[in-house]
Order: sequence, then structure tokens, then C-alpha cells
Amino acid sequence: MEKIEDKNQQQEEEQVVNPWEVSAKEGGKIDYDKLIDKFGCQRLDQSFVDRVQRLTSRPPHVFLRRGVFFAHRDFNDILDAYERGEKFYLYTGRGPSSEALHLGHLIPFMFTKYLQDAFKVPLVIQLTDDEKCMWKNLSVEESQRLARENAKDIIACGFDISKTFIFSDFDYVGGAFYKNMVKVAKCVTYNKVVGIFGFTGEDHIGKVSFPPVQAVPSFPSSFPHLFSGKDNLRCLIPCAIDQDPYFRMTRDVAPRIGYHKPALIESLFFPALQGETGKMSASDPNSAIYVTDSVKDIKHKVNKHAFTGGQESIEKHRQYGANLEVDIPIKYLNFFLEDDAELEHIKKEYGAGRMLTGEVKKRLTEVLTQLVERHRRARAAVTDEMVDAFMAVRPLPSMFD
Amino acid sequence: MGYSKDQLLARLKELQIEFSQYEHPVVLTVEAQAKYVGNMVGVLSKNLFLKDKKHRYYVVSALADTKVDLKVLSQRLGLGKGGLRMAPEEALGEILQVPLGCVTPFAVVNESARHVSLLLDQGFKSQECCIFHPLSNDMSISLNAQGLDTFLKSIGRNPSYIDLEANPPIGKDQPPDLAAFVPSDSPVLSDLPEKAPSAQDSTGKSVGAATNSAAVTAKAVKPSGNAQNVKEKPVDSVRPSIPAADAGKFVEELLDRASALLISEDSIKQHGGQLGAEVANNIKKCLREDIKNLATIFKNTAYTEGFYAGTRYQPKRL
Repeated sequence: MEKIEDKNQQQEEEQVVNPWEVSAKEGGKIDYDKLIDKFGCQRLDQSFVDRVQRLTSRPPHVFLRRGVFFAHRDFNDILDAYERGEKFYLYTGRGPSSEALHLGHLIPFMFTKYLQDAFKVPLVIQLTDDEKCMWKNLSVEESQRLARENAKDIIACGFDISKTFIFSDFDYVGGAFYKNMVKVAKCVTYNKVVGIFGFTGEDHIGKVSFPPVQAVPSFPSSFPHLFSGKDNLRCLIPCAIDQDPYFRMTRDVAPRIGYHKPALIESLFFPALQGETGKMSASDPNSAIYVTDSVKDIKHKVNKHAFTGGQESIEKHRQYGANLEVDIPIKYLNFFLEDDAELEHIKKEYGAGRMLTGEVKKRLTEVLTQLVERHRRARAAVTDEMVDAFMAVRPLPSMFD
Repeated sequence: MGYSKDQLLARLKELQIEFSQYEHPVVLTVEAQAKYVGNMVGVLSKNLFLKDKKHRYYVVSALADTKVDLKVLSQRLGLGKGGLRMAPEEALGEILQVPLGCVTPFAVVNESARHVSLLLDQGFKSQECCIFHPLSNDMSISLNAQGLDTFLKSIGRNPSYIDLEANPPIGKDQPPDLAAFVPSDSPVLSDLPEKAPSAQDSTGKSVGAATNSAAVTAKAVKPSGNAQNVKEKPVDSVRPSIPAADAGKFVEELLDRASALLISEDSIKQHGGQLGAEVANNIKKCLREDIKNLATIFKNTAYTEGFYAGTRYQPKRL
């Protein structure tokens, strides 16, 4: 794809993390410490979690408590400003490359919804249908259609329509948004963008000129119907850490064109069912739990395909306990089981060998089923009119209420 | 009872869809149909009613000349090589509610066909007009693909056209390209009677009708812990089982869930005297998220209805 010759060599030695590819070192896991070092972002430590709890007067989201969102850039600035009474807005997005959404796709949205509710701030959601049209070679119509379908699943995560604006690039790029795109583009040399994203001479110019599209939603002036007169409004971007390159570029450019740097709060990658070394892929439905999976599917996938750290026999298991480092059900519970005490108990008992893999899997199946059922119910209530309303260019008078 | 031909024609006229119609003796095959509709402007369609191993049904509607290879289609849907076969005759009557030889995309108007996946040949779009049976094989109607789209959208279906002759490689790295067309739930043939009107109301474009609660009986919750009432859970998970915009139904649903959780034989046995404290705890812990989600759906739906009305608002005549 968009690899420079060196990268091929690098792949054997290092992990690769960029918006279009995520792979660990041969047979290993992603080294997040190295990633934070390489990218230059900060760890989100417990003090942040406590501060968020204080400022929002509610328990912090399970993803914060468990370190799923583990890195940030300038999140402390956002919190400082918030304490002073200055609000901010949220910006997140999705590249609509497929209709089938799995739980990993939902994670940034679940967290963003919590942020919207806890801080009472507006949100813009970008659907990069143009990006997928270019990178996945989809037709324009197909990528637009996927964008709308994905919008329904996103809406089903429970965003408040009076505070949320969803837009697709094909529909919205133009006007003030485009003006900002040009301002950003003028500040990034071709060499720089090749360095950040690894474009080669073989890549078409669409790809090379795409990065500003994902950069400018960080600037409030891109949305005159929402934030006119609020040029000072800060932006917080919850995303998975592979999106960091876009926003490193954006943060570099922002001061040069007179805007605040957007802040970021970044998450880990969601592991595939077959384990950290496996890859979640659209062609292998058993590598992930999809939001369209039935109760039976979920049970089957967890029971038959989840990679566990349990021992080969019950006797061995009781003796040695489970290997929590590689156990996927435990990792998934870490993401989705709300009750801290229960999770601790399970980890302790399972790690000591007193609890069997079957029990852990059963609990996971319950938790996932509840999640998927709730999502499906919400999804069924999303009509085309609702999508139109979320995507309409309209003012949001109660967005800070 | 299924939608009738006359009801369909009336509906098409209501939606101002242009079509021409031609009556003829009952025909069971495309060849027979061709003999009679030679004078009509339009291209004949062939329509297949298919079923997969998991009892999911599909209507494949294509230009008569388009080659449809069931093996290829089966793979493209992600059903493996031999996953698709012709549906049995009984299914025609039960699900599509049309007679033999009358498979037509219009059949998805029936409630019983809610879960039937509709695959339309992209070839229709390049034709001026295409010919289908209007739920009865003693007549053929000819209309433009856009007209078909308008009709499908009016019943809450999103029409999508595909290249039926394509034979893309399907493998580990190339996912079945039509996987999205596989229905996600097995068909529910008969629904709880009280659901049917509310479902019609809360899906599709009839936004104003959603608040019509007269057609639906609200479930009364008996305060003395009626365990039977509590065990009834909505069956159909594809249609919104919660009334999206009716405040009364919304509150009933909330109360149902609260009672289901708290006033069940198990929880009374478990907590006995402390049921009160347990009630308070459970409401906060387990229900908070559920209820907030319901409330958000309710709010979003209400806003959407307002928005829709706003876009069609006619300013006061001065």
C-alpha cells in the first residue's frame, strides 16, 4: 500500500502503527510504552482519572479506570480550561470501509458518548467516506452508502442529537471547512507528509492531499453553523492511537495559522478473539464480535474461538492457574465488565486456578450479549430521518447545556 | 392477509409513481409472460425466491437476460458454495404471500416478508422501464427503477442494486461482498398482535402516526409483583420493540423493566425483607444505563420528528 521501501525492512524489526496498518513485531504484542515514546504523547495516569471524576461529579468511565484510554496530548489543558469555566468540543470519526461493525469499532464512540454526557459538550463526528473511496477503492456511491449505514450504528451508541453533528466528507467539504483545509495544506510540505504517512511516488494525489481533511475538524471555524464567534473553543479528540500521526501534523500546523492545538485522548487497540497476535479482519467473522451477532453467535465465538490462558487440563489449571497476560476473555472483560470488584475477583480466582475458563467465558458471554442486545435495540430505533437530522447542517442551541 | 394487487396499485398511484399495467391470462413463467406483454414498453424481469440453510429468505430480482449463478451468489453472500436453493412452494404463500410464479420485489410489502432480503439487479437502473408482477400473475406492470425505489423507500426498505453477474474471488482476504444482504434475524412469521400496528407506525416514513397510541394496548404493570407479566419479553429485535416516540408507552416500558428486575420470584426469595434497599440499589446500578439509553432514543426520535416537520413546514399565509 502506502509503504516506503524502508518500511518493509522496518516491519521485520519494529512494530508498525499508522492509520492504515497496525502490526506488532513478529509474533509479539504491541509495545505501548515504545509507542508513547516514539509518538511523543503522554501517559494518562491515575491523577487524571481522579481529576475527571472530581470535575464531572460522576464515576469515571470504565475505559478510563482500566487504562483502555491510556495516552493523551494536552488533556490537562482541556481540564484546566474546563475548571475555569471554558468549555470545549469533541471531535471523533470513522472511516466507513465496511458495513459490519465490531465491538472494537464501537470503543471510541462509547467513550466519546461518556465524555459528551459527563462534560456536557458538543460533538462533531466525521465520516471519511472520501478516504475509504480512495484507499479501499470503493465507488463514491458505495462509500457514501456505507457512511450512512455506519452513521446508524454510531447513533445507536446513544449520542444526544441536540449536541451532535455528524457529517460525511463528500457532503460537507466546502466553504469554511475547505478554507481551513487549504490553510493547513499550505503549511505541510510534500516531504513532511511523506515522512509522516509513508506515501510513495506511486501513490495517487488523492491520498497525498487527504490529511488536511481529517485535520480541520479540530478547528471550530470549520463549523460556522455551530461555533461562529467561538474561535477560541478548544477541541478534544478521542481516538485510537493509530490516528496520532494525523493530529501530530495538525498540532504542528495549528499555531502557525492562529488556532489552538487540539488535545487528544488515545486508546489501546482492541484485541482479536484469537489473541493479541491475531488480526481482526473483516473476512474472518470469527476474529471479532459484531454488533449484528446473535446471542448464539456470541456464545459460539467466545466458546470456540476466544484464545484463553487456561491450562490444558483441569488438574494443571488448578495447579498453575491461568495465564492472564494472554487470556482474551479476561482482556475483553477488562474492557466491558463495569464492576471493578467483580473483575478483580475473577482475575484473582482464575489466575489462581480456582475458577475455570468455562466460567469466565460464560460471564463474558453474558456481558457481551447485554452490550450487543442494547446496541441492537437502539439501532433498530434509528431511522433514515434520524440520520438526516443528525447530519443536517443546523445550529445546536443547547449544545453546552 | 397479504397485500392485494389492487392495494398495491392504489399505493403506487398514491405515491405518484408512474407505471403502466397490462392484464393477461395467468402466467407461471417468464416465457409465458413474454408472449403477452410484447407490446409493453419495458424489459422483463425474472424473480427468484431463495432460501439458505438457516431458513433465511431472499428475493433476487433481475433482468430476464441477466445470468444468475446461485453458486456464485451463495459464496458472495458468505453462505459457502451450496448455501442457496429455491425456496419451497409453501414459503411462497406463507412468507411472500403471492401465488406460484408470481415472485416479485413488491412482495416485500407484506409484514411476513419483513426479513426477506431483496437483491436487485443493477441492470434495472439502465433500463427505461422494467416489468414485474404486481402481487398477482394475471397482470404485469412496467415502471422505472426509480419508481420501484420510491415504493421500497415508502415501506422502509433501502433499495440497493448489485451486479448479479459479477464473480469476484472470495477468500480469506476477500470477504463475501454481499454479506450485508444476509438477514440478521430468522424470519418471524406471526407477531404478537399488539405489536403490528405500532411497528408500522414507528418505522418508515409515517412519522406523524407514531404518536397514535389508540391502536396499541399498553401493558399494565400490576404493583403486587405479578411474575407472569414480568416474564414477557419483546420477541422481535429488528423492529424497535420500544415505542420510540410515545411517552405513555415509553414509561410503561421503563416500569416493566424495573419490575422485571426487582419483583421476580428470585429476587424476593433472595432479599426478602431487604427488598426495599435492594430495590433502590438495583434501580441505580443496573437500570441507570438502560434507562438513560432509552431516554436518549426517545429524545432523538422526538427531535427527528420535529426536524422532519420543520423541513416541511408551510409558513403562515399572510
